[in-house]
Amino acid sequence: MASHQDYVLLLADNSLILGQRNAEWCGHGPILEEDLALANNSLDLIGQARMLYQHVAALRKDGKTSEDLLAYFRDVPEFKNYTLLELPHSTALLPTARGDRDYAVTIARNYLYSALMVHVWSALQTSTDAHLAAIAAKSLKEVHYHLRHAHDWVLRMGDGTDESHARIQAAFDYLMPFTQEFWTPSSMETAATASGVGVDASAFKAEWDAMVGDTLQAATLKPPRSEGFVSTGKFGVHSEHLGFLLAEMQSLARAHPEAVW
Amino acid sequence: MNRITASVPAPQDAHDIAAIWALLEAVTDPEIPVVNLREMGILREVRQGAAGLEVVITPTYSGCPAMAQMEADVAAALSAAGIAARVVTQLAPAWTTDWMSVEARNKLRAYGIAPPVRNAGAAAGGVAQQTHVMRFAPRQFSVSGLRQGLSAQDAVPCPQCGSDNTTEISHFGSTACKALYRCLQCREPFDYFKPY
Repeated sequence: MASHQDYVLLLADNSLILGQRNAEWCGHGPILEEDLALANNSLDLIGQARMLYQHVAALRKDGKTSEDLLAYFRDVPEFKNYTLLELPHSTALLPTARGDRDYAVTIARNYLYSALMVHVWSALQTSTDAHLAAIAAKSLKEVHYHLRHAHDWVLRMGDGTDESHARIQAAFDYLMPFTQEFWTPSSMETAATASGVGVDASAFKAEWDAMVGDTLQAATLKPPRSEGFVSTGKFGVHSEHLGFLLAEMQSLARAHPEAVW
Repeated sequence: MNRITASVPAPQDAHDIAAIWALLEAVTDPEIPVVNLREMGILREVRQGAAGLEVVITPTYSGCPAMAQMEADVAAALSAAGIAARVVTQLAPAWTTDWMSVEARNKLRAYGIAPPVRNAGAAAGGVAQQTHVMRFAPRQFSVSGLRQGLSAQDAVPCPQCGSDNTTEISHFGSTACKALYRCLQCREPFDYFKPY
């Protein structure tokens, strides 16, 4: 069923796009330990994405879909990731703000997303799709470490210097409205939930709110507002930033189709 | 699912299952060469499948770059021994550090890597290995209790001097499966293999 595949693609695209975004820190981390932490975090996410794409390819049974086809040969409107995950590491709305990467944005995003995914992966362990349940069981172990990493840095920045406090507060203020997309219903999620393949993320909103609230309070941060424009990445309508990300990620595979190394 | 078929002439009898287990004792973890795949709990099963002998391995971390190497190493060992068997990758039940044997833990420690100090919990088939006292309540991979346990740190004995007076430097060390610790007694840094 299309909704089944689309739901797995949503999970896969989320993992891949955040994995690719965070990998930008490789060689540019604020300190060596964080450079390694983010690279390891991306390895987990891209590994999850690979398993999920392989699963979509197996579900399609068309003999031509492969993980590479899904990752490298689809364009912006076909990606179903949350808009939150494609944004640059900056509160400035600049598509090429490479020199202005702000680690607070990286950490706040990882925190908000990981706090959702511990619930999603945990619930997906009982998916009626046994293969998806197997991937969920592995991913849950990994996202727990991602959450712990981000949580500790939120506390450290929020309860740190005036500069770090201001940056992490600004990062949450900027990113929080994008989390509205987590709870917006979509037909693919509704259908996947009805069939027992997927889970309805909005079921975790109360627990997510409580966890985020606890962390922000412990970090001496003010609760950011989460209202206004609701982003639409999972419907394939993305920000201008995803195209730049895909161009970098896909250019090699498109210049040398079917190359192996 | 990746499958690598060892290119080998003669089909073997079922009693070769024991021989395969013995043969694969020599296949070690590419990143931690002191332990083999059986001791790490990566080598799950050798069985007679519908299309011949199958060696079942399970991936560790989703993105572990060593997995492809391990699969290739198993296929190469089978091929070199003239055994026709396929390598099959199986996801469920998910690999857990609870499957690491006592010998693997001892070898890791001798190699300078502190083994996991507690059971990862949620995984099926895990054997309780909690031989060390926790400084804080153990973190389970369940959502309930997560909020309380997020900042807890394992009390990990130093693999060099054995002291419990150690502290975590970074959640992620040289690889995703390890955290970086420092011993406050002997002052040496060390890797800690995290419970998974």
